[in-house]
Amino acid sequence: MTSTLDRPSSSASIEPPKPLPPRSPIGRVRDIFTSPRSGPVLVTALLFVAVFLIGGARYRGFFSGQVFLNLFVDNSYLIVLAVGMTFVILTGGIDLSVGAVVAVSTMIAASLLQSGWSPGVVIPLILVLTSFLGLLVGLMIHVFKVQPFIATLAAMFLARGLCYVISKDSISINEPTFVALAVTRIPLGGGLSITPSVVIALVVVVIAVWVLGFTRFGRTVYALGGSEQSGILMGLPVARTKVIVYVVSGFCSGLAGVLFSLYTLSGYPLTAVGTELDAIAAVVIGGTLLAGGYGFVLGSVLGVLVLGVIQTIITFEGTLSSWWTRIFIGGLLLVFIILQKVLTARRR
Amino acid sequence: MTDTREVREHFPADGATPVVEMTGISILFPGVKALDDVSFRLFPGEVHSLMGENGAGKSTLIKALTGVYPIDSGTIVVDGQPVSFTGPAAAQAAGISTVYQEVNLLPNLSVAENILLGREPRRFGGIDGRAMRRRAAELLEGLNLDIDPGSLLGSHSLAIQQLVAIARAINVDSKVLILDEPTSSLDADEVAELFRVIRSLRDSGVAILFVSHFLDQIYEITNRLTVLRNGRLVGEYLTTELLRIDLVQKMIGKELTTLDEIGERAHADAVTADRPADYARAEGLGRKGAIEPFDLVIGEGEVIGLAGLLGSGRTELARILGGIDRADSGQLDIAGARTRLRSPRQAISRRIAYSSENRRSEGIIDDLTVRENIVLALQADRGWFRPIPKKRREELAQSYIQTLNIRPANPDALVRNLSGGNQQKVLLARWLAIAPRLLILDEPTRGIDIGAKAEIQKLVYTLAENGMSVVFISAELEEVLRLSHRVVVLRDRRLVADLENDGLTVDALLALIADGSVDDEAPLAPLGESS
Amino acid sequence: MNPTLLRAVSSRLFWPIVMLVILVAINVVAFPDFLSITVTDGHLFGSVIDILRNGAPTFIIAIGMTLVIATRGIDLSVGAVAAISGAVACSILLGSPDPGAVGTVIVAVAAALVTSLVLGLWNGFLVSVIGIQPIIATLVLMTAGRGVAMLITEGQILTVDSAPFKSLGSGFLLGMPVAVVIGAAIFVVAALLTRRTALGMLIESVGINPEASRQAGVRARVLLFAVYTFCALSAGIAGLILTANQTAADSNNTGLFIELDAILAVVIGGTSLAGGRYSLAGTLVGALVIQTLVTTVYTVGIPPIVTMVFKAAVVTAVCLLQSPATSAAVGRLRYRISARTSRVKEAAAS
Repeated sequence: MTSTLDRPSSSASIEPPKPLPPRSPIGRVRDIFTSPRSGPVLVTALLFVAVFLIGGARYRGFFSGQVFLNLFVDNSYLIVLAVGMTFVILTGGIDLSVGAVVAVSTMIAASLLQSGWSPGVVIPLILVLTSFLGLLVGLMIHVFKVQPFIATLAAMFLARGLCYVISKDSISINEPTFVALAVTRIPLGGGLSITPSVVIALVVVVIAVWVLGFTRFGRTVYALGGSEQSGILMGLPVARTKVIVYVVSGFCSGLAGVLFSLYTLSGYPLTAVGTELDAIAAVVIGGTLLAGGYGFVLGSVLGVLVLGVIQTIITFEGTLSSWWTRIFIGGLLLVFIILQKVLTARRR
Repeated sequence: MTDTREVREHFPADGATPVVEMTGISILFPGVKALDDVSFRLFPGEVHSLMGENGAGKSTLIKALTGVYPIDSGTIVVDGQPVSFTGPAAAQAAGISTVYQEVNLLPNLSVAENILLGREPRRFGGIDGRAMRRRAAELLEGLNLDIDPGSLLGSHSLAIQQLVAIARAINVDSKVLILDEPTSSLDADEVAELFRVIRSLRDSGVAILFVSHFLDQIYEITNRLTVLRNGRLVGEYLTTELLRIDLVQKMIGKELTTLDEIGERAHADAVTADRPADYARAEGLGRKGAIEPFDLVIGEGEVIGLAGLLGSGRTELARILGGIDRADSGQLDIAGARTRLRSPRQAISRRIAYSSENRRSEGIIDDLTVRENIVLALQADRGWFRPIPKKRREELAQSYIQTLNIRPANPDALVRNLSGGNQQKVLLARWLAIAPRLLILDEPTRGIDIGAKAEIQKLVYTLAENGMSVVFISAELEEVLRLSHRVVVLRDRRLVADLENDGLTVDALLALIADGSVDDEAPLAPLGESS
Repeated sequence: MNPTLLRAVSSRLFWPIVMLVILVAINVVAFPDFLSITVTDGHLFGSVIDILRNGAPTFIIAIGMTLVIATRGIDLSVGAVAAISGAVACSILLGSPDPGAVGTVIVAVAAALVTSLVLGLWNGFLVSVIGIQPIIATLVLMTAGRGVAMLITEGQILTVDSAPFKSLGSGFLLGMPVAVVIGAAIFVVAALLTRRTALGMLIESVGINPEASRQAGVRARVLLFAVYTFCALSAGIAGLILTANQTAADSNNTGLFIELDAILAVVIGGTSLAGGRYSLAGTLVGALVIQTLVTTVYTVGIPPIVTMVFKAAVVTAVCLLQSPATSAAVGRLRYRISARTSRVKEAAAS
């Protein structure tokens, strides 16, 4: 039917719309920076480079490959968490349960491994359980129209409580395979190395980039954040997508928990308290709009790196106390929220 | 019901079969029959308009066709097949696409994605971005639209977004394209561009259902019209065979309830006596995209009726006078003093009250009690730290419940549990409680029962007798004529006439609303700009 | 059913009270002297008094939270504000030559409350002037707040030795624990302030329908400032009680998760998270339910921290009960029944 459109229009008297005047290069750059899609990410990228350069200028030994790689080594679990959180926030939701789910994952891992289970069973089991919890949360949000904030709050209570059901105390892990995996370093040449956790986190990132950018499910995630109503009217599988993002977040939290237990080789009920705030902050600083619809997984990774580099600088500084991290994160969060507000307000 | 219908059997001339045939459609909402035994047909290669005022059932009918609402009775046949859509996706699959007034696309995704999402070309299990942009570019070219398919939809004007929505609809291989008020926010050039696309689609055999409030556009683009009123079918007509004035009359209809208690207003005194002192005087007051600059004088104790179709600018004018929307041009004098109304609050402090046409969403506070709703505006004006004494609140509530005959007569009842007419009375009571000098009533009698309607009309009459200025909006012209000293006519967002209600007739008003040309025999003399 | 009973059942307080009664009953069965109160030195002691005292901080915050939620908002920062308030008070006490003097304590408490007030204004500013969604606006302070508290305490847990300050947490006034008296006072103040003035009605009006309220001339901006400031103030007071109880300001743990308990108390008390009608009495019952639950779990012998699992169950149950999907299902059922009966009637008539 569209072929018939190609023939000359019946009302030739009407001029076709004039093409927009070409933008100046400065105008183009400004467009990119003021776009709610790319603006915040670029600001974050510049911020990261700037902070890294400042660190390099101030401290000896800061400007090294290993310091950079350690950002990934120390934060691989947070990267995975931020990836899951990105899915949720892109739809306009939020997941407060991730920290508690990380904790309960470390507890399950530690207790089962200590009672002689094989990691080959324990790790998949954790991923299945946390995905299932995500499914329950998603159903609660979709079917019963419970606000994401409250539904994930319930999941947070549940997961934290289950930690103590498993054990009140810290359980250390000394299962040989698991320990071996934890201490393995993958050399990159030149004295640089990373851990298997980094590889896992990066694989998760690559998959997430592909899913969000190049699959129908991924685009529907964005559609949900743009306008759920429009998504429904466009005939997109809105309901299914809305539930699945929480499954994704649950899965990522479980995986992050496994990585965290590799990092600490223990399970502890009070671990990762407030980690949900770090994950949310990383996602927001990474340029994802809290109202949903705009953002990239790579931006969230960048957000984690910014948090990591601030932490590193504070460590290097020595005199600067650790609580400045929280204040910096809060300040950055505020700046980016206001930036988002300004960029989106311009368009309405 | 069949007696009110005029379904002509002779078109389309070639005896083509309709692509959509809806028969005997009824839809019940709680307490309301939104559609009552309505039939509707749509033929390939025509532009068909659905006409009607507020509550006529236009959008309900469209939603029934697109699977948003389930129907309670009747049949829908598409392409000879009886269908029963479970949702918009199912309707789309059957070739029925809709472009809504509020562009229902995704501003955060690219133009190409908005056109093709859900049907995107794939490669290696993922979306093939390049193929998608290529396909989108083809479709946009077909619409003569030169924009980058990779750009964000939100970065384009509403008009272009509208065309992108159409491009999406075309891609689905639509047999039926529904355009629900696509032109309400477009300027003349953009409308021309849209019409070019509509014609081209029509010529290719698509059936187009076009809804608009602009009569000029209806007569320019449509082949046939179906008119609805109060959820019922009035008739189906060829556009060329239906005079504008007849169309307007069919849309507005004749309300046959006469209210003997009021009788005819003594117009004589309005004309013979001196004009009352001015209470409000607007000069060049206007707001871009809502209402063209207008001049209007409202005298003390005068009732001004606003007549015009839905979307004519009647509500927009009233909202500016009531301080709900800010004017962006012109000036307003209230009681001789230059005034700028920046918020409803400022209007209220000057004793100007605007009662919204959207009773539920902008009027009543449904979870508060009758008493609280009545005192709300007065209390807000006094400020929270100066509560109205309990006794006074009780008196206010009791006296308005009595005067306006609000049922149930229980000040503690939640307003959500009242009938529409009683909710309207509560809203009226809220505004009367601030002792307004200018009361603006936007469709206060819509959707309420005859008894309540008569009471409200009587009230307006009495209030004006006692010196209150009233601006009264109603889709029922008899009602406007019965109550008003002067009638102001609006069309296409413009004030087109300002007339003394001295021998005005419904027919004369209809003529003005329809196309502004005054019949020769009609004894009309528009007032001077600001005499 | 007789009308009085019907009205009682349909009251929003009904289910929360039933919950409370059941919890109390469980306790009484497990510990027959649960309800007994003894008087020692003119002070009241007993499990019930403990519940009241331990529940006071949550209850105080929940009062402020109730008003915030009534405007369709939420305040996630109350825990952080409580920590800051405690930190300010303790650092002033420690910095003064005579921490035990009543004057010093008054200065410290006043400074802490002024700080809380400023933080509340900040939240109100973000929500009402900048127009950021409440959950996001208060997330900023929730994230940064504990850092600020640590900044004030320089990362230390500040232990103070000040008898007047300590009495805020564990002292007695008129036979009752001071914390309970403060809680009661704030409850009365909030009730008078909102119900004796027009504040309550205007807050509800904005929460139910912001646009209709605007058209009726209600100034939402002032109201939002007021509720966020009041909420932060009550968080500050709760922070002082918590700190005084431990005689130490612990920036990391003072008021940790208290925002969640407070929200939970409001929700259990029947105030909808969608805003609108609120009930301070309901919030009181909600807070009591939570604290009794904690006590019950403890007395029954389950590790106290496992209460979180029970809280999860309560949140889920309450949300599912409040869910529009549930009420729609109930509505459909009713409609079907009434439709059937009317059809039967019609059939009988014809």
